[in-house]
Amino acid sequence: MFRQAKWEEPLIFELSREGRVGYTMPKPIEDVEIEIPEKLRRKSSLNLPELSEPEVVKHYTRLSEMNYGVDSGIYPLGSCTMKYNPKINEEIASHPGVAYVHPYQDERTVQGALKIMWELEQWLKEITGMDRFTLQPAAGANGEFTGVSIIRAYHLDHGETQRTEMLVPDSAHGTNPASAAMAGFKVIEIPSNENGTVDLEALENAVSERTAGLMLTNPNTLGIFEDEILEIAKIVHKAGGLLYYDGANLNAVLGKIRPGDMGFDVVHLNLHKTFSTPHGGGGPGSGPVGVKDFLKDYLPVPLVGYDGKRYYLDYNVPKSIGKVKELYGNFAVMVRALTYLKIMGREGLKNASEIAVLNANYLTQKLKGTRGYELSHKELRKHEVVFSAEPMKKETGVKALDVAKRLLDFGMHAPTIYFPLIVHEALMIEPTETVSKEELDAYVEALKRISEEAYSNPEIVKGAPHSTAVKRVDDVLAAKKPILSWRMYIKLKEEGGVDY
Amino acid sequence: MGKHYLPNLAQRDEMIKETGFSSIEELFSDVPTEMLKEFDLPEGKSEYEVFLELNEVLSKNRTALEMPSFLGAGTYFHYVPAHVKYLIERSEFLTAYTPYQPEISQGMLQALFEYQSMMAELYGLPIVNSSMYDWGTAIAEAALMTARLHKGKRKRFIIPKALSPEKKEVIRTYTRGAGLEIVEVPWSENGQLDIEKLKEVVEDSAGVYVEMANFFGLVEENVREIGEIAHEANAYFVVGADPTMLGIFEAPGELGADIAVGEASYFGSPMNFGGPRAGVFAVRDDKKLIRQMPGRIIGMTKDADGKRAFVMTLQTREQHIRRAKATSNICSNEALVAVASAIHLATLGPRGLAELGETIIKNTAYLKKRLSEIAEIPFEGINFKDVPARFERPYSEVHEALLEKGIHGGYYIGKHFPELGETALFAATETTRKEWVDALIESLEEVA
Repeated sequence: MFRQAKWEEPLIFELSREGRVGYTMPKPIEDVEIEIPEKLRRKSSLNLPELSEPEVVKHYTRLSEMNYGVDSGIYPLGSCTMKYNPKINEEIASHPGVAYVHPYQDERTVQGALKIMWELEQWLKEITGMDRFTLQPAAGANGEFTGVSIIRAYHLDHGETQRTEMLVPDSAHGTNPASAAMAGFKVIEIPSNENGTVDLEALENAVSERTAGLMLTNPNTLGIFEDEILEIAKIVHKAGGLLYYDGANLNAVLGKIRPGDMGFDVVHLNLHKTFSTPHGGGGPGSGPVGVKDFLKDYLPVPLVGYDGKRYYLDYNVPKSIGKVKELYGNFAVMVRALTYLKIMGREGLKNASEIAVLNANYLTQKLKGTRGYELSHKELRKHEVVFSAEPMKKETGVKALDVAKRLLDFGMHAPTIYFPLIVHEALMIEPTETVSKEELDAYVEALKRISEEAYSNPEIVKGAPHSTAVKRVDDVLAAKKPILSWRMYIKLKEEGGVDY
Repeated sequence: MGKHYLPNLAQRDEMIKETGFSSIEELFSDVPTEMLKEFDLPEGKSEYEVFLELNEVLSKNRTALEMPSFLGAGTYFHYVPAHVKYLIERSEFLTAYTPYQPEISQGMLQALFEYQSMMAELYGLPIVNSSMYDWGTAIAEAALMTARLHKGKRKRFIIPKALSPEKKEVIRTYTRGAGLEIVEVPWSENGQLDIEKLKEVVEDSAGVYVEMANFFGLVEENVREIGEIAHEANAYFVVGADPTMLGIFEAPGELGADIAVGEASYFGSPMNFGGPRAGVFAVRDDKKLIRQMPGRIIGMTKDADGKRAFVMTLQTREQHIRRAKATSNICSNEALVAVASAIHLATLGPRGLAELGETIIKNTAYLKKRLSEIAEIPFEGINFKDVPARFERPYSEVHEALLEKGIHGGYYIGKHFPELGETALFAATETTRKEWVDALIESLEEVA
């Protein structure tokens, strides 16, 4: 049985002892006194902890032991592509030629860095069928904002100021409508049909001369391939709109088919999903954006160019939307992704998506029919599958949330839950290609056991988790009584408003 | 290749059979066959071959360890203690996703809560999110937030002209959709913000942004006064600060900031050719501000046994719930970079942070003194990290000559600020060595 470490580790502030130091500092070049103007000199207290280096190392080591990563076990979060993060990626990204290089260095001194970026772009172009890429966006959502800003700039440039509507399916990631709204668009939601794909009739009715574009994930967040994609593209293009590809689910078709051939004009990718770079507990990611030739003049600056002899930063992008992030993007993440691509190669990428799809369908078939879980929509899935725990909830009161928490007790990470919004009590499972058959079998076994528990002893599921560092966390209290920093905590504690 | 990452490749046929499908092709039968394609990509290679190849490519970069570099302008060479990298590479941190399941992710959640807490101390504001992409996007999000706080009735956001061109571009791109008007206030003779000019444009503005040390490295002496001017016009006051200053300089919150922003990656991360980084975003304890804040926030609460626990909170502001009405589209942030900065800060403590600031300001003063021997320093005042130096010769020639001597000179800013002529920004930090500065000056004496 799984047991996570339960250290009851104090906050680092509570470990502080006056006078302890954990640093060494080189001496200043000249020990002259610099007069800081009285009104700017720090007078307020600075309550940072005081600890020695070994204490700091123990504290964070203990914290890490109360965390669960891809290396800890199966992590099938839907739409997150939690595949194994090869260790060679970390090794290469630690090279001094990455770490100790300043972004404003003379181009002649950073040919290696620019070559990495240029090569990565060539890989991504061929993988997606796009003509040009920016590597600047820091994450998927930053890439989406870049992509829809490009669409906006394109329409404005063509005098089509009335194209103010961005179409987004109801199964889309929340970032899609949020990014479109940030770029100044009105968001129009397109319903899904009973197959879980875009309702063509609804799409036909929604497009007009106000349509700027459609943001689509394919396969969608149900793990279902939008098999009428060519028709969708035709409808949107005919109306004068552009087609945007959310690359969150590219892992399903990697090395098999290309967004560019499906009719997409703009694509964003997630290097931290599809291309094996680690998620770091929430970031850094990297969200490159690719476009078809007719949109390349709108890309952020700079692009990376190569004239056959030298690599250079190209600021000559006449209609550029500007910059969506400082400098050139998350370079250290790009290095990891390129390392992965070079190891995988053409066959490797194809194998990866085929096994990812096989694993998802294997799990689907093994799990379907289990009491309490209902397979949403059709059987044939791509890289992920969505089950609904609605029957279980109705019959036993055990919700998707409870199932997720109980899975943790088995040392397995929960699926994404309550998403996509169109499936009630959704359990969205994406195993990825890097888990073994045994792990899949064990996951299915765990879900089956939870089903049995739900119908025989529901309290054990509703009371889960029992084996993690802490028991079920009270998120209602967290929102009702916000304690967002040590400073707020101390204040509340002094007022007697907190007993934890 | 890459078979070594794919355990089930060996069980493929057996598994296909168990699914009831006949082949891999059948699993892709929903994909129009005319789309299936043979890709024009290289064959995979062994790990050793890729290791050799990429090592060779990266060795073509000349690093700050090989050649003294005086580049700054927003990216600085700080030393990162070895234990920081060691700890953030713990795979439980490195390979985790966003902590959606708090019970099994307490380590990351507590580490991020501690990050928020340390930045709250530095910036003197109690509420800090768990990171933005970088300083530039943090300013841009702050600009959008001040407009939302004015319910869209005020659309002007004021920034100093003496701001990084990178950051200006990010602000403009981010705020275009919301229709914000970005107004630049010039510097006065001393290089600091021209207060009289600010007064001319402040009325009806949503927010005013100023940095404690501007793009020219000049310490802005009138931060508090600028805040008062903003507040008098009912505009929000946004202060940017390099966190490495804040051991010796007053906290933005104490100087009147409603929102403070900065760059967390100056602690704990190497330069990495400019990324990843992590933007600090802090606000006053005010419900109105908290509701409009972008980004993820970690809160303290308790578990079912009444034990202290941590969780992502106040999520009703965020995209996965509010969708088109969210305060920002941000989802993935820079969590690990934030944790790295917290680990570095934990070892520095209050004393180390002050000593770091002192060392930087002293080294900057030495660099400035030596530069003044051979170039014109356009502005008086105290510099932190960056020092502008104006040359008589075109700076490109100076740059070439320095490069030939194995020194990487400053960052030419004449392109963005033509009124400053042949000026370049030279930077010092705690890592700057006396012999580097002396070699720079010696070379400049020959070439400038």
